[in-house]
Amino acid sequence: MRITCPCCGERALDEFAYYGDASVKRPDIASPTAMADFVAYSFDRVNAAGPHRELWYHSAGCHLWLVVTRNVANHEILNVEPARDVARATQQLPTPGRGSA
Amino acid sequence: MTTQTNRLPAGGIVDRSRVLRFTFDGIAYDGHPGDTLASALLANGVTLTGRSFKYHRPRGILSAGSEEPNALVELRTGARREANTKATTAEIFEGLESASQNRWPSLRFDVMSVNSLLSPIFVAGFYYKTFMWPAALWEKLYEPAIRRAAGLGRASDSADPDTYEKATAHCDVLVIGGGPAGLSAALTAARSGARVILADENFQLGGRAIDDASEIDGQPAAKWVASAEAELSKLPDVRVMRRTTVFGAYDGGTYGGVERVSDHLASAPAGVPRQRLWKFIAKRVVLAAGATERPLVFGNNDRPGVMLAGAVRTYVNRYGVKPGHRAVVFANNDYAASTVQALAKAGVEVVALVDSRTGPSNEVTAIARAANTRLISGGVITTVKGGHAVKGVVVRTADGRSISLTCDLVAMSGGWNPNIQISTHLGGKPKWDDALSSFVPGALPPGMTVAGAASGALGLGDAITTGSAAGASGSAPVAKAVNESTAITPLWRVNDCSGKSFVDMQNDVASGDIELSEREGFRSVEHLKRYTTLGMATDQGKTANVNALAIMAELTKKSIPDTGMTLARPPYTPVAIGALAGHHRDKDFKPSRRPPSYAWSKEQGAMFVETGLWLRPSYYPRAGERDWLETVTREVNTVRNAVGIVDVSTLGKLDVQGADAALFLDRVYMNGMKTIPVGKCRYGGMLREDGILMDDGTVARLAENHYFITTTTANAVKVSQHMELCHQWLWPELDVQMISATEQWAQYAIAGPKSRDLLRNIVDKEFDISDAGFPYLAVGGITVCGGIKARLFRLSFSGERAYELGVPARYGDALIRALMKAGEEFGVCAYGSEALAVMRIEKGHISGPELNGTTTAKDVGLGGMVSTKKDFVGRMLLGRPGLVDADRPSLVGLRPVDRSERLRSGAHFVARDKQVTAANDDGYMTSVAYSPSNGHWIGLGLLKRGAERTGEIIRACDPVRNIETLVEVVSPCFVDAEGEKVRG
Repeated sequence: MRITCPCCGERALDEFAYYGDASVKRPDIASPTAMADFVAYSFDRVNAAGPHRELWYHSAGCHLWLVVTRNVANHEILNVEPARDVARATQQLPTPGRGSA
Repeated sequence: MTTQTNRLPAGGIVDRSRVLRFTFDGIAYDGHPGDTLASALLANGVTLTGRSFKYHRPRGILSAGSEEPNALVELRTGARREANTKATTAEIFEGLESASQNRWPSLRFDVMSVNSLLSPIFVAGFYYKTFMWPAALWEKLYEPAIRRAAGLGRASDSADPDTYEKATAHCDVLVIGGGPAGLSAALTAARSGARVILADENFQLGGRAIDDASEIDGQPAAKWVASAEAELSKLPDVRVMRRTTVFGAYDGGTYGGVERVSDHLASAPAGVPRQRLWKFIAKRVVLAAGATERPLVFGNNDRPGVMLAGAVRTYVNRYGVKPGHRAVVFANNDYAASTVQALAKAGVEVVALVDSRTGPSNEVTAIARAANTRLISGGVITTVKGGHAVKGVVVRTADGRSISLTCDLVAMSGGWNPNIQISTHLGGKPKWDDALSSFVPGALPPGMTVAGAASGALGLGDAITTGSAAGASGSAPVAKAVNESTAITPLWRVNDCSGKSFVDMQNDVASGDIELSEREGFRSVEHLKRYTTLGMATDQGKTANVNALAIMAELTKKSIPDTGMTLARPPYTPVAIGALAGHHRDKDFKPSRRPPSYAWSKEQGAMFVETGLWLRPSYYPRAGERDWLETVTREVNTVRNAVGIVDVSTLGKLDVQGADAALFLDRVYMNGMKTIPVGKCRYGGMLREDGILMDDGTVARLAENHYFITTTTANAVKVSQHMELCHQWLWPELDVQMISATEQWAQYAIAGPKSRDLLRNIVDKEFDISDAGFPYLAVGGITVCGGIKARLFRLSFSGERAYELGVPARYGDALIRALMKAGEEFGVCAYGSEALAVMRIEKGHISGPELNGTTTAKDVGLGGMVSTKKDFVGRMLLGRPGLVDADRPSLVGLRPVDRSERLRSGAHFVARDKQVTAANDDGYMTSVAYSPSNGHWIGLGLLKRGAERTGEIIRACDPVRNIETLVEVVSPCFVDAEGEKVRG
């Protein structure tokens, strides 16, 4: 399998490390259902045979985290985006204000 | 010496001007450059080459290529001895030693051929039916006996003396196969300006055009092949790779290949590998892998002297060898008739052409007439006579009469199977082609085109046409050639035969085994394969699978495509493990990282230990010390009483900067990091999102927006990856940057009551390192040795007054030498990872055995550090019921009740009054050490409800060593419980 890193270009699989599902969103700890939300976030997965958005790390390259859309049935890679661009665009998290914690 | 009695006076493309001597089973023979072992043996009249896998039946040479199931031999001797090599692909070289396999005491007289008499019990499924009881005998008696009796060659017991390489090549077009189709594709692709790689498993290009001595462009095929090769070799960006098997298709246009660089030489020249593993990255692929001829299934069709009809042509045309003197050709198709022509031309008497079809074509009739060969239309061979060699055949004619014919060669053809394997490696299902009576490629991997016989276009003209078009779309054929007639009427097996009719010759599966499998209900191809072992030999059933499938289809009265097809998997032909390993063997199995003090430690005679990729000094033995324990005890005592130095550069180091660095670290660590004052350090723990403790280390705040953190040696990469994920994915809005600085800083811990005195000797005078000016947990930039920039941290893992001193890595070697010199007056010693571990166990500090991916912060006594005032990774799931269960094992200290007893890590805890059973398991000992400070062994362990059990006497049971020790549960801190020494 070959992945086209937006930063480095097309590279062989052995430069990358797989992490997991990119469709889950880290929940808000302040939510009344936070425990159930975090359990789902950490453990519940769909495992569909088809396109799957997943996180990969260019560990032997630029250290960019990537959202790779891959058809898990035939390993076709449909799209590769920098994870931070995806995160920014989709507002992955409620952002606590700076300096508050 | 035997002369080459069966070498034709002329013909073939072997180099008759040179003679190569080789041996087979100790007898010397002659051959020529260009010969395979098989062709050279046939030239010398050797037809018996081995014994079969299960029944030890005599076997000879069936084919002339990589599909060979029978003629498997051992090549070379000693450390280079290799088993199960196909005589049909092995090139001979001067001095080659080869031997037959699976026979004892000799090939002609093989004791185990008694298996043949026992064949009723060796039928399909015999492993499952026989030897079932008593079960205890299976491992001790049956399996070893079966393995001795049924086996093939012997691998060398010595390490492989040769080297192997790996390489990657990129191209626009990868052409797999260098026959007429492949050469045509390479030519049109290259002429269009594409970067081309042409790979062929053979050492001779040309494929069947050479084997059939065909005409291309009105000239002998060999001439055309030579001119094509010459043109390709002149074109830029074209690489022709002979002896290179493309063995597998992988995702993303990646193809695996193995180049046999030196297999055809007595030994690899200096600096040249034996084989090279290739990763081809291709935009387009032309699969032109040709086709494999099918055997016919009739009685004793495995006797030495029964060969594939195409292979017979290859031996005559390519090698100038006649494989026999009186031949019978048995076929169900037109193409095989050309074997009659080839044999007749070579002066071999062709007694009969047995054509199973009732109405053979005019062409076949004409060929038979021209060769003065009796044509038996609608006939079949029911059995082959002879044991070690063919002596004759019995033919059943169309009207049911039996005719005996005397011959020493049977050339058979059941049709051709396109070599579609690589087109199916990514899951593409092949399609059944009725006209061809075989499977052709179906859905193809992205970017692949199939050309020539591999696509089902068996004729030479079609091969050139389809190849030319596949190389560059729209290309006209690069040459002219006619199509041979390949008409076929399937004959899958001959009924009512006498003698076994083999389908899979390598695994000794006969048509009767398929019938039995069907009777017993194993009818799906996947069941058939596993029940009979059909297709499961090293040839993956290249000559067997379609015949077997067709027989099963006949038995179950289904169509062949409905019966199914087992998909081929890589590799196409076996690949040596050595080639897959490449350089990664022995000490080069993985890279080694050497800490900055490596050279100095080596000079001191240090012992080293592998920690991940690192080679860390483990202890520094001195003259007169009896064992490691004495050395480590001395090192610990020196630290506790004077001063010692250890290289801690292997710890992961990350430099974290940015306006939001403090906030970011607060979200990554379980404890607060925002509140660390500038110029101070803090111990911290990181969790996984599921609440499990991931790593620990120190966080130093160098400036308002600048932190420097350390991780454990083992987790350095994992933590860096995790923190990048937290930043890039979870909180990209934070203004923070980080980079690994592990290799940029050499860092030494200087520990012991005299550590400050030692440092005073090298820290430049203007820096105040008094306890008031540089207290416990202080950090600061300083200079040492007269102006070398350094960082000093007052941290302690040993529990003593201690510092960590970091300098740019290039000063690492100089610094250890300077530190040792500066410490001479205080009795300094260097210590290694062993003493480091002893002291951390004495202090109850956790390390790898406790940070094992199952423990929480609370489990290891760090519960108090966990913040409840902020969100951080792991915060929520830390509270999962399973992780807060009061029954969870937690960290305790342990000491033997009898202080003279040794403790063992891994021992399991059982309450004193309970039986030693898994149900009563209360946890286990994670770390043990002999504690010089206590004068006895101590241990750390994870004990159920550990915190409540201080003072209890429990049993530490080590069932592996069969040792049980009574231990007392104590505090995990065995030295300076008040923690006064670190502060000075």
